[in-house]
Amino acid sequence: MKSFSQIIQACGRPVSSFIFMLGECAHLLYNIICGIIYAIRRPRLIIKEIFFSGVLSILIIAISGWFVGMVLALQGYNTLQRFGSVSVLGSLVALSLLRELGPVLSAILFASRAGSGITAEIGLMKATEQLDAMSVMAVDPIKRVVIPKFLGGIISMPLLTALFNYCGIMGGYFVGVILLKLDHGTFWSQMQDSVDLSQDIVNGIIKSLVFGIVVNLISVYQGLQAKSTAEGVSAATTRTVVHSALAVLALDFVLTAFMF
Amino acid sequence: MKRSVLDFWVGIFVILGLSCIAFLSLKVAHITTFGENKNNSYTIYAKFSNIGSLKVNAPVKVSGFTVGRVSAISLDPKTYQALATLQIDKQYQFSNDSSAEILTTGLLGEQYIGLQSGADPELLKNGDTISLTSSALVLEQLISKFMTNMTSK
Repeated sequence: MKSFSQIIQACGRPVSSFIFMLGECAHLLYNIICGIIYAIRRPRLIIKEIFFSGVLSILIIAISGWFVGMVLALQGYNTLQRFGSVSVLGSLVALSLLRELGPVLSAILFASRAGSGITAEIGLMKATEQLDAMSVMAVDPIKRVVIPKFLGGIISMPLLTALFNYCGIMGGYFVGVILLKLDHGTFWSQMQDSVDLSQDIVNGIIKSLVFGIVVNLISVYQGLQAKSTAEGVSAATTRTVVHSALAVLALDFVLTAFMF
Repeated sequence: MKRSVLDFWVGIFVILGLSCIAFLSLKVAHITTFGENKNNSYTIYAKFSNIGSLKVNAPVKVSGFTVGRVSAISLDPKTYQALATLQIDKQYQFSNDSSAEILTTGLLGEQYIGLQSGADPELLKNGDTISLTSSALVLEQLISKFMTNMTSK
């Protein structure tokens, strides 16, 4: 009888711990929103975080965007060629980048490049009791450490997505027009015909903002929850990347269902 | 890191990101003012017996140049004709006996309305209806006409 109830418990534990985690995330988000005025009065801290999560991610985002655009153009060209409609290659590249690939891939890259760093830093500050020292000195670690990182990440995210889209479209242009010798006028005009400002570009920016909030919230949450050991910090960093990728992909489906 | 160096790089990042957004909206989305501002446009109506797959926001073109957009499509309950509402840019005026037809860009492209100006000195005013229209070509109707022609020979 005891083993039976243990089986039931084993079924219930993941669900209840998931709900607990959601509740703790929401509580953290509430604390962050409450302290946001404090952080905005100290813009230097936010600028420093934008440097670490945004500026240092420029290279990986630009190079990945460039290659994603090139692959899209190459694969699209091979398929469209069979139907004799290579002229729509420009709109294919632009629409798939602006609507889906840009926001999603840059969010996942951001999570692995900057989100993991945020988690490791907060986790290590917790492990070395720096956060406790701050509390002792009557400095709220949420306001002083967590909120600047959170805001810096949210500001960086749409800018990085725009950069990713730009590099991707230029990569598609490079393959389509320069390597495969399509007409560059058709490439741009087909793109301009099918891309709509509010439908595609603004929705892409909204997506990237939502992903920025989610990825950064997961990063700071995992950092604060990390066990105060070396293994604890490494496990928290891994969880940040895994949870961020899953959350981004799942949310992308929900947002797409509402937007398009 | 020194404060000025930090500011410099963050500034470059922000400018880079914003200019990418500007590039995307100007070059890729190609913002045009047609149909966005109702003050600069006037409304005319066109009745078609078949609009094919014409959609709201389709362009209205004269000699291939876009002069406005289709703002609404509805059905006239008395004549059972489709009524397309066209928003035309104010700087373009057309004569009263202009004709409208539904055309297709390329073989599989989007459908749009082509306007052809007439010779009447009176101009179309806000709220007028174009009566001279020709409908969209529907492939099935074309084939069935072709078939009846072939069999009657």
